[in-house]
Amino acid sequence: MEEVLITCDNLSHVYSGGVVAVKEVNLKIKRGELIGVIGQNGSGKTTLVKHFNGLLKPTYGKVIIKGEETTNKRVQELSRSVGYVFQNPNHQLFAKTVTAELEFGPRNLGLSEEEVHERVEKAIEFFNLDTYRNQHPYRISFPLRKLVGMASIYTMRPDVFILDEPTTGQDNITTRIVYQLIRRLRDEGSTVICVAHDMILLAEVVERMIVMRDSVLIADTDPKTVFSDRKLMSSTHLYPPQITELSHRLKDKNFINTYALSIDEMQKVTDQQLQVKRSK
Amino acid sequence: MMNTKEPIIEFRDVTFYYPISETPALQNINLKIYEGEYVAILGLNGAGKTTLQLCLNGVIPNMIMGELTGDVFIKGLNTRDYPTRELAKIVGMVFDNPEFQLTQTSVAEEVALGLENLGTSPHDMEEIIGEVLQTVGLSGLKDRSPFELSGGQQQRLAIASALAMHPEIFVMDEPTSNVDPVGKEEIIAVAAKLNQEKHMTVILAEHEVEVVAQYADHVIVIDKGKIILDGTPQQVFNQIDVLAKCGLRTPQVTEFFNQINQSKKLGIKELPIKIDEAESLMLNQFEKK
Repeated sequence: MEEVLITCDNLSHVYSGGVVAVKEVNLKIKRGELIGVIGQNGSGKTTLVKHFNGLLKPTYGKVIIKGEETTNKRVQELSRSVGYVFQNPNHQLFAKTVTAELEFGPRNLGLSEEEVHERVEKAIEFFNLDTYRNQHPYRISFPLRKLVGMASIYTMRPDVFILDEPTTGQDNITTRIVYQLIRRLRDEGSTVICVAHDMILLAEVVERMIVMRDSVLIADTDPKTVFSDRKLMSSTHLYPPQITELSHRLKDKNFINTYALSIDEMQKVTDQQLQVKRSK
Repeated sequence: MMNTKEPIIEFRDVTFYYPISETPALQNINLKIYEGEYVAILGLNGAGKTTLQLCLNGVIPNMIMGELTGDVFIKGLNTRDYPTRELAKIVGMVFDNPEFQLTQTSVAEEVALGLENLGTSPHDMEEIIGEVLQTVGLSGLKDRSPFELSGGQQQRLAIASALAMHPEIFVMDEPTSNVDPVGKEEIIAVAAKLNQEKHMTVILAEHEVEVVAQYADHVIVIDKGKIILDGTPQQVFNQIDVLAKCGLRTPQVTEFFNQINQSKKLGIKELPIKIDEAESLMLNQFEKK
């Protein structure tokens, strides 16, 4: 049995003014899972994940993080277990150098200077930030600043990372680096939860998808099931990756009988099910 | 692209250095864009996309310090000789973060701001505001505060404010990086509509190559300040190796067809870049086992 880190038990959240943002959600998140949370703006996905680190407390039902209910816990305590990396690093970073930014978290945890130093060095290595350690976080490029945002949470060694849109504003190269880092975080034993619209990230990197629509959790399953359900996709205003769309169309015509989430998978489907026409 | 007309935008041997920088942000740029084109600029962050766009309304060289050699012509006007406020009547611009552009307390006032600066009469102003808000699909939100809008709505408001000035050239710098897929589709659709219905020249910097392949008719690839590729989407996205060297990818269907073209010796000369093309090619080239 893998360790359950987060449990939502009949969680509802009602904002002042009566808007129900999350309605009766039940789920369990285990150690080492790689999860995507999707849904259009206003679906309740951000409200939901803000319960995972106690930024919000349930109006009804409960949220249990590592065996303890969040209701009477402070965010500061919970953030040791669950780290939240903002979509816009400018909302998160404040120190004068990258190193100082990375030291802040562990020092705040009351660790010895030796331990702080060790964690900062590990983070610099993990995120490949050595060249930038003495630079001002606002002087480095946006993609690097996003990595510094992730690294500053990494130094806190949380069990769970929540990454809010980790690839927006990134180009092809930095996007691939983020995919790699997400996989490596998981390989080190962390749980990674990505709130994301990046369909390639969802199709090729995450292993479980939680889909929100109109405040309700409408699906909690593997990416293949989500991407092969056209009705579900269009009702949440999502578009599959182009290669998945190609497999959909060919399957509709009974030309192939499985969906492909990546180019590699499409290759395999082609190899297994199709042959080059003899009479072209 | 055969064209006997004068280009609406022309760069002649343009090189630009930001202050104290030893490497040029733009290097020997020669480029012609014609009226009514939908142009996409591709390149990594820092490749020079934004710098190139800032040359279009004269912010470079008139407002940003640095050293510009060569000339940029907008409708035949050399940008060195015309202040940005004059060029702004021709070139509208929207950036990746609309929050920085929004300042007013209501959606309608936000659109009115640029018109006031142009000295538009209140009567005309009302008409224009109604028209552009309808174009971008924000008619119902006239009195809302810009800061209560979603990311996609804010971006469309920034577009409406730029459109109110009736620009002939419309420039967008990664307009969809902060919006969800619905918002993204809305913004791209508005740009396509302006391009098709009003014959507006659109210049879009965008990372998502599948979107570019679907909508653009002219693609420019920049790497380290230089133009590496300049052609139709079909020509540019078929240069898979060149794009890879610039750190860029091609549409997924193009990459897929590149792989099976080699492994199965299909002998396809022009790889598909759009989903429809890929679908019919699959049906033409293969049969079920």
